[in-house]
Amino acid sequence: MVIKQLSVFLQNELGRLEEVTDILYKSDINISALSIAETAEYGILRMIVSDIEKAADALKKEEFNVKISDVICVESPDVPGELHKILQILSGNGINLSYMYGYSNGGTARLIMKVSDPEKAILLLK
Amino acid sequence: MIWNEPMECMSRDQMHDLQSRRLKDMVVRVYHNVEFYRKKMQEMGLEPGDINTIDDLVKLPFTTKQDLRDNYPFGLFAVPKSEVVRVHASSGTTGKSTVVAYTRKDVEIFSEVVARALCCCGVTKHDIVQVAYGYGLFTGGLGLHYGAEKLGAAVVPISGGNTARQITLLQDFGSTVLACTPSYAAYLSEAIADEGIDAAELPLRIGVFGAEPWSQEMRMKIEDGLKIKAYDIYGLSEVIGPGVSNSCECQNGLHIAEDHFVPEILDPSTLQPVAPGVTGELVFTTVTKEAMPLLRYRTRDLSSLDYGPCGCGRTNVRMAKIFGRSDDMLIIRGVNVFPSQVESVLLEIPEAKPHYMLVVDRQGSLDTLEIQVEVDEKYFSDEIAQLNNIRNKIKHKVESVLGVSVIISLVEHKTIKRSEGKAQRVIDRRKI
Repeated sequence: MVIKQLSVFLQNELGRLEEVTDILYKSDINISALSIAETAEYGILRMIVSDIEKAADALKKEEFNVKISDVICVESPDVPGELHKILQILSGNGINLSYMYGYSNGGTARLIMKVSDPEKAILLLK
Repeated sequence: MIWNEPMECMSRDQMHDLQSRRLKDMVVRVYHNVEFYRKKMQEMGLEPGDINTIDDLVKLPFTTKQDLRDNYPFGLFAVPKSEVVRVHASSGTTGKSTVVAYTRKDVEIFSEVVARALCCCGVTKHDIVQVAYGYGLFTGGLGLHYGAEKLGAAVVPISGGNTARQITLLQDFGSTVLACTPSYAAYLSEAIADEGIDAAELPLRIGVFGAEPWSQEMRMKIEDGLKIKAYDIYGLSEVIGPGVSNSCECQNGLHIAEDHFVPEILDPSTLQPVAPGVTGELVFTTVTKEAMPLLRYRTRDLSSLDYGPCGCGRTNVRMAKIFGRSDDMLIIRGVNVFPSQVESVLLEIPEAKPHYMLVVDRQGSLDTLEIQVEVDEKYFSDEIAQLNNIRNKIKHKVESVLGVSVIISLVEHKTIKRSEGKAQRVIDRRKI
């Protein structure tokens, strides 16, 4: 399904991520998935959270650069070859993958993917 | 050796008379031929007849870089355009350069003062001078070129950059003199060492370095690395270009070609003259130039003057090595950079906010300029490729205006300190 992801621009500075988690904690926001992309000077924190609007507002109030974007969440059996199948379908249909992160638990894997056409990707992967 | 002993070794009284005669003549020329100066003098109730000796210099109006910009490109010419044989230009804040012009006689003066400067460094007609200053609108390359030719030396007009070729020609041609910026000389010295070449084996013996501030420590480092004697050449295009002054073998200040360029040192806040030896803003009046003579041009460079005798035999006044600048202009690898130039570029880019900080540093021997830019929230992306596109767009635009390479760092919005008064836009970490 297509879900909303919250991204935060972070300078590479000691304690900067902790400030974000502190704000989310005080706003009673739960983080269900998270990844950080890092470059030499800055990082981009990407998260799936329990209440995205509330989280975004709380962070904006503290002067963070935030962005809400559409990503897809794909559930698949946690066995060899499953990711490969998904990627084959996407590339075979001309859908670009910008980045992804995921986790597996109890025989099921969940993948968060940023793709060029989320609606089409969902239809193809169903 | 002294190139022009009558002009470089006259008594102070003789110099006073010469400068007085030349100033009187110059004031008549600018009053009648340059509307800008005529208006200024009329506003001050001055007529050419009020200026009789060089001591009357203090009565005359100032000229600033802004005046040159306001009269861009040819508004300050004191001769018909047909008399101009060359123009040069330096970088300006809004992409507009400040233009300077030369008649045939001005080019002759330019060559003369550079020949004097080279002679001051011990260069002779037997030398091979590798000119690694940039050729073009910048006065460095052609200035050194004409001066070295006038002296009778052989010129290798290689221009700036292309380090591998510079080294090859130093070896193959056996260049004995290198003219470039001190930072490039230091870089070249490291490159020569990296190539496994012993600098002592090269015929190179003299360095003529200028166009940016440098320290005694840097001089020693370059002298040791290249196994040469390094000299300081000073100049600015508005006055003529390199050759306004040069250090001699005594290495105790730079002799000014004051029969052409009359110096003053003023307190930058009151604009009143200070006593010899006191540091202030260096101001020049070009008493002989024809195409674009300037009255009391404020260089913004900080220095002091020493009228005492010098061990080399020259009597021309010496200016101390430049201490710094009285305004915010930065000199990065020999190129003039104004924070306001960066601002004007950022204002044209919607993805960036006009809040920025310039961080100047020196890595090894080369100046680096980092520009921290806040990204507009609307354009913040969760994809690094997008952010890199924004950064590259800013980098290309800024570089095309400044003419030097820069490092762009994207920072969180509102992290750059806001100021209500004069903003602190520059952090200069260079230790000169």
